[in-house]
Amino acid sequence: SNPFEVKVNRQKFDILGRKTKNDVGLPGVSRSKAIKKRNQTLLKEYKEREKTNVFKDKRFGEYNTKITPEEKMIRRFTLERQQNYGKKNIYNLNEDEELTHYGQSLAEIEKLNDIVDSDSDTEERGTLSAELTAAHFGGGGGLLRKKVSSEQQDEEEEKPKSRKELIEEMIAKSKQEKQERQTRRESALELTEKLDKDWKEIQTLIARKAPKSERKDKEVEKPKPDEYDIIVRELGFEMKAKPSEKLKTEEELAKEEQARLQKLEADRLRRMRGIDEEANQKRPSHMSADDLADGFILDKDDRRLLSYKDGKINIENEEEKGEEGEEEEEEEGEEGDNEDEEESQEESASEDEEDAAADGHSDLESDLESEGEAAENKEEKKHEANENESQNVEKLDPKREAAKSELPYTFAVPESYETFKSLLAGRTIEQQLIILERIQKCNHPSLAVGNKAKLEKLFGFLLEYIGELATLDLPELRTIDKLVLPLYNLCQMFPEAASDSMRFILRDAAHDLEEVIEVKGRATLPALDTLIYLKIVSLLFPTSDFWHPVVTPAFIYMSQLLTKCRITTLQDVIKGLFICCLFLEYVSLSRRFVPELINFLLGVLHISLPKSQAQGYTVVHPFTPVGKNLELLLVCDKEDLKSWEKQNVPLSIVTRLKEASRTEINHTRLSCLALCFDLIKKCAALYESLPSFHEIMHPVRILLTKHMPVNEYPEKMQEWYHSALKELENKVKHYIPLVCEKKKPVPLKQYTPKIVKVLEFGRKQAGSKKEQERKQLIQRHKRELKGAIREIRKDNQYLARMQLSEIMERDAARKRKVKELLGSLATQEGEWKAMKRKKWKN
Amino acid sequence: QLPPGLYKKVLVILHDSVLPYMNEPTLMMDFLTVAYGIGGAISLLALNGLFILIHQHNLEYPDFYKKLYSLLDPSIYHVKYRARFFHLTDLFLSSSHLPAYLVAAFIKRLARLALTAPPEALLMILPFICNLFRRHPACKVLLHRPAGPADMSEDPYVMEEEEPSESRALQSSVWEIQSLQSHYHPDVAKAAAVLNQSLSEMEDDISRLLELSAAELFDKEVKKKAVDVPLEFEPVRGLFGKKNDIFAEHFSLD
Repeated sequence: SNPFEVKVNRQKFDILGRKTKNDVGLPGVSRSKAIKKRNQTLLKEYKEREKTNVFKDKRFGEYNTKITPEEKMIRRFTLERQQNYGKKNIYNLNEDEELTHYGQSLAEIEKLNDIVDSDSDTEERGTLSAELTAAHFGGGGGLLRKKVSSEQQDEEEEKPKSRKELIEEMIAKSKQEKQERQTRRESALELTEKLDKDWKEIQTLIARKAPKSERKDKEVEKPKPDEYDIIVRELGFEMKAKPSEKLKTEEELAKEEQARLQKLEADRLRRMRGIDEEANQKRPSHMSADDLADGFILDKDDRRLLSYKDGKINIENEEEKGEEGEEEEEEEGEEGDNEDEEESQEESASEDEEDAAADGHSDLESDLESEGEAAENKEEKKHEANENESQNVEKLDPKREAAKSELPYTFAVPESYETFKSLLAGRTIEQQLIILERIQKCNHPSLAVGNKAKLEKLFGFLLEYIGELATLDLPELRTIDKLVLPLYNLCQMFPEAASDSMRFILRDAAHDLEEVIEVKGRATLPALDTLIYLKIVSLLFPTSDFWHPVVTPAFIYMSQLLTKCRITTLQDVIKGLFICCLFLEYVSLSRRFVPELINFLLGVLHISLPKSQAQGYTVVHPFTPVGKNLELLLVCDKEDLKSWEKQNVPLSIVTRLKEASRTEINHTRLSCLALCFDLIKKCAALYESLPSFHEIMHPVRILLTKHMPVNEYPEKMQEWYHSALKELENKVKHYIPLVCEKKKPVPLKQYTPKIVKVLEFGRKQAGSKKEQERKQLIQRHKRELKGAIREIRKDNQYLARMQLSEIMERDAARKRKVKELLGSLATQEGEWKAMKRKKWKN
Repeated sequence: QLPPGLYKKVLVILHDSVLPYMNEPTLMMDFLTVAYGIGGAISLLALNGLFILIHQHNLEYPDFYKKLYSLLDPSIYHVKYRARFFHLTDLFLSSSHLPAYLVAAFIKRLARLALTAPPEALLMILPFICNLFRRHPACKVLLHRPAGPADMSEDPYVMEEEEPSESRALQSSVWEIQSLQSHYHPDVAKAAAVLNQSLSEMEDDISRLLELSAAELFDKEVKKKAVDVPLEFEPVRGLFGKKNDIFAEHFSLD
């Protein structure tokens, strides 16, 4: 604009590419802006500087944004009413308040009573209602209506009329219609009244028949629901059949199963190595998703297939299944008219046929069940491949069928161990199994809320029951063998609860051991039940994990048993060897090193020797090189030696060895020795890869080669011996010197200059980020301070200017007044003088 | 001359209830040296009194370390006085003036014996050995021998040798520790795996590990909370129904 109003900030050097904000200033404009602003703020303040009056807005809710304007109005209105209420009453004697509804006084409405509200309802009777048309024809009414309106428009366009005319015409029309309708209704009313009267007269004449006809009249009035309607509605609400998965071929199934097993194995290996246990996601549970949903562990394939019965989906059927389980299942099986059913049965049958471990379904639980059954079948009957398996499954097990039919179908989960025991007492194994199965089915967690806790308890009861069976004088190990299956199933369902109760048992056992050691100083090996528990641990949980909540404590407990407990009898030796077997089984996959195991086997071999100076090896606790418990396994009787044959050691021997004869005892001793040889052989195979394998096995080897009276043993024993020794000796000795893992080299300190990116020129870059920030803050503060001071100074100048102008104004006014006064005085004086002069003249 | 039970009782209390109150503790010298020579648990117990005499009363004991070395046998990890013994051994081996061959021999012997030790002792002895390596860096050849022969057919260390200097421990490596890296107890395996990496500078505090008992170990493991419990995926087919079940071969359910 005006070049004289522009101030140019000259720069010393022009730099290309740099933008400057302040190269041109407009002092005039900015000054006028500042003055205007001060006029609005500072001047106002200045003018009101000695005034204390304040304007208060007391309108109700004026500044309250939460209230909607309508509400605000209503409340203001009520407030006003409340204020006026008391005052008016004194003087307003006969004027009541007028009540209104939508702005019309109620009194008026009352006068016209029912004319207004009764004209809308009945006019459309007989024609199709809008709803009905919408429902039937998919809402085409909208289109129709539009057409109608457009038609009307067309008509109106023929005779162009003014808007006012149109409206008037419409009003007149509607009024006329109303009138007509009213007259019609009135006449109808009159007619009905008349009819009623007539009717009453006639009624007495037609005594009985009347009510029927009346009812008929009424029925006619309500339009009967159309059959078409009913069908349409039904189709709308009907459940749609969802496409079920296609049935898989056997190859696909096998492939799937293989993939699943591979994945599980990979998982196990990862856990064995103990890498990133936490980092990896949760282990996939064994139950597939649909497994939990249906939850029945049936002998047959229990997937529910969508089935039709008389053209209707039989959903109710399935619900009943939940209640009655078996019964329904059997019935359906017998029906046999359902294709789906048959197919599924065939499938499950084919599963049975195959090898139990290799086959399978995505539905593991039913799979397990069938496998379990297969195992049972094997024991009772040789399993044959049948063509017609669907019947086979049921026929194979007549005992079981009988048991099934005897027992009730539903069981509540027992609340206490006593009730649980009484439930199973006096039943055969088969019955017990079925009872457990049914308890599980009837109380599946998906059926009711509390069932989960109940079934979790059941696991504990079952464990306790197994323990009790094992501690009997004549341990019922066969029963336990079967009961392991439901235990496994329950464990798969509730891993946490299972691990908790297992740990609880282990803890109790370990504490007992501890107490005994503290009190007596020595301990004996626990009873058979604990051993069975330890065995069950290996069945339920993976023992190869680097760390496992149940398995690791079990390891420590077994180690304690092998090192702390005295070996004084043959039973102790058997128990000890049992624990050795457990150890071997636990580490069979992970190949972990168990020193206690080797120590114990060495000790057992030691006590099979005749008393002599042990040379070249040392036995450690609980065995002693000299003492009274030596020669526990020594057999001197030549005949017993000859007649011995390797046989499996019956577990029940630990409770009733006393009854056995001398020969039997001797045979058991020899069996133990053979077992010991075998274990050594297995250990050797297992620990082959350890770098100090020879050092570990050194004492055992010396004992075997130098001290064993091999020639006295029967031939079979010699076989065992030699196979063990061979396994020990044919291992190559080689030692590779240890080398530490390379660690990352620490980088050397370097003296190359540090290069810093320059972000802004003219700024100090030195210092850390924090320091820079501080500096920036200080600078900003300085700048702000300067600005503030300048502003205050300008304010003061402005104020001073204002005051000056005020004073000037005042002075000017005074001067003007003085002038006026002086002027008036002068005129007065002048007049007076003129008068005087006149007088003088006169 | 005393019955062993009484011997043990006397020796247990000797160092803190008898020796401090004697005018001339050196009088006990003969008694202690004889006890030290007996062997077994009595030797272990005599060690304590002997230490006081050596430390405070200028007792000169020839071949002390040789004797100490010969005390190490498989039972030391199993005896009741384990904590006391290893406390003292730690003291004796803390001197940095000991020759490397001696310390190496000790290390090698302790490691060899550890192959028969229970987990609670292993948890103590592994940090103990680590500490020895830290104090005597010359022994680190046992851990790290980059220029050695590629393959040996025999461990150079001679276990049976009584004399530490003859045991050729410095030419060996601690393969025993490597074996213990596959111990079944996770903590032991971890402790053994520490020696794979180069050691940190700080010594481990083993005083609280000395008294560790199996019951404590068990309690520690049982109290650990598991986030989720992995399960066996191989379906059960009875008590002895696993594949290649060892039990099925040797035990019957009757």
